[in-house]
Amino acid sequence: MESTIIKSRNFNASFGTNHVVKNVNIDIPRNHIIAVMGPSGCGKTTYLRCVNRMHELIPGATSNGEMKLNEEDVYQMHPIFVRLKIGMVFQRPNPFPNLSIYDNVIAGYKLNGIKLPKAERDEIVERSLTKVALWKEVKDSLNKKGSFLSGGQQQRLCIARTVAMEPEVILFDEPTSALDPISTSTVEELFHELKTNYTLIIVTHNMQQAARVSDKTAFFFLGELVEYDETKTMFTNPKDQRTQNYITGRFS
Amino acid sequence: MDGKNIKLRLGKSYGFQWLIYVLAFACLVPLLAILFYIVKAGVTKINWHFLVNIPKPVGESGGGIANALVGSIIIILVAAVIAIPIGIMAGVYLSENRRSRLAYWVRLCTDILQGVPSIVVGIVAYFWLVRPWDIGFIHHKGGFSALSGSFALAIMMLPIIVRSTEETLKLLPDSLKEAALALGMPFHRVIFKVVVPVGISGILSGVMLSVARITGETAPLLFTAFGNPYLSVNVGKPMQSLPLLIFNYATSPYQDWLNLAWGASLILLFWVLFLNIFTKVITRKWKVQL
Repeated sequence: MESTIIKSRNFNASFGTNHVVKNVNIDIPRNHIIAVMGPSGCGKTTYLRCVNRMHELIPGATSNGEMKLNEEDVYQMHPIFVRLKIGMVFQRPNPFPNLSIYDNVIAGYKLNGIKLPKAERDEIVERSLTKVALWKEVKDSLNKKGSFLSGGQQQRLCIARTVAMEPEVILFDEPTSALDPISTSTVEELFHELKTNYTLIIVTHNMQQAARVSDKTAFFFLGELVEYDETKTMFTNPKDQRTQNYITGRFS
Repeated sequence: MDGKNIKLRLGKSYGFQWLIYVLAFACLVPLLAILFYIVKAGVTKINWHFLVNIPKPVGESGGGIANALVGSIIIILVAAVIAIPIGIMAGVYLSENRRSRLAYWVRLCTDILQGVPSIVVGIVAYFWLVRPWDIGFIHHKGGFSALSGSFALAIMMLPIIVRSTEETLKLLPDSLKEAALALGMPFHRVIFKVVVPVGISGILSGVMLSVARITGETAPLLFTAFGNPYLSVNVGKPMQSLPLLIFNYATSPYQDWLNLAWGASLILLFWVLFLNIFTKVITRKWKVQL
């Protein structure tokens, strides 16, 4: 029996008068990879940013409806607490340019003023970097700046930074769209490793990626959640005509 | 097109190229002339004695500008202590709240403040701090003081720091702040641990330029810090400073005082020059590569 970790009911989000996420109902099971796909401007990124309350940081952005993390209303919790439980990785790698690789990994602790003994910090850094398959590549240059790494390595560093906080859910906003194909496949392999400990929600506009990496797929179109099902079912036997049109490439 | 015409046209083109060359060169002349003149007149006056002694009374030869040096440093440091935190915070506010009504007014006011003549700033400081006032429960004794001079200079520093901080922080990508927020950092930590450290070189360059700008300000100090022929480190009392010393001594009829003014001018000039170069160096060195 799989348990639900994120639950949305009648969830709406807008920018001013522009209603971009419409009445979304979704149950996201624990330790699964969920792909969220859809054409540009369909509200998939906005929905993702609502899950850890990053959406409301944009001036004029509003949302309503139910968003629950483990049966607890995300919008009743303090956003800071929400974001510790629900980590996020962005489209473009954004390591802190003023920090070393080491400090980037423990940035969540260091910059939040959480003091840890050195041994524990070392352990967190090594464990997090190992999880994202970056430890071997950077273990001799931990004191170099994060921006010294390649784009793909930077993105994995950003994932390590998120993983270091031990969140329950990690949101990925088109995590590979700024990466080359080789880095992309490295990151995709990572998803399978991460699944054992975390729940991953991945926004992607790349259908092949959704098909390759995810357990379940949600298809957004014009702000609506059109279809949400097992990835296999979705790609072989979509129920909705719009989903079928999208995956057969009739529009993008 | 005949040959004569083309020659005329080429001649004009050539002439114009020369003209802009000469005019560009002409821009160098004032600075070089000032440098040359002040170095020539001032360099022989400067020695150890000059730096560590205070001016001698009229009739005695020698003397130095130690009181003005110490005074300038204290007045500027106090001004910086007042202006830097306020300026940086206001700059942070402006870059974080770009479209708010308050931001609009703050921007407008700093722009106007930047254009206010320094003597007017001095008068304001004079009326607020130097003249005694009494509003019933607070009795302000007033009197000339280094602190009132620092206050006037701080007002002059503010707009430069505010706007350079704002411009610097506006250029930082939003993704930087989002990265910090997504790690559950509260707003003040995002600002102090991420945004300001990454933009530090731009902020510092604004601070240094504002210091360079007020170093030579004389007008606001005339009726605030007032000047003092003796060495004083009490910010509640009148204090000498380099521009004031130059202003007072350069117009005096005594050769010894004229010498002090020349030497002080040279030191002031190098101070500002050093600040400008130092600013360039640290902004390059501390620049965070994004």
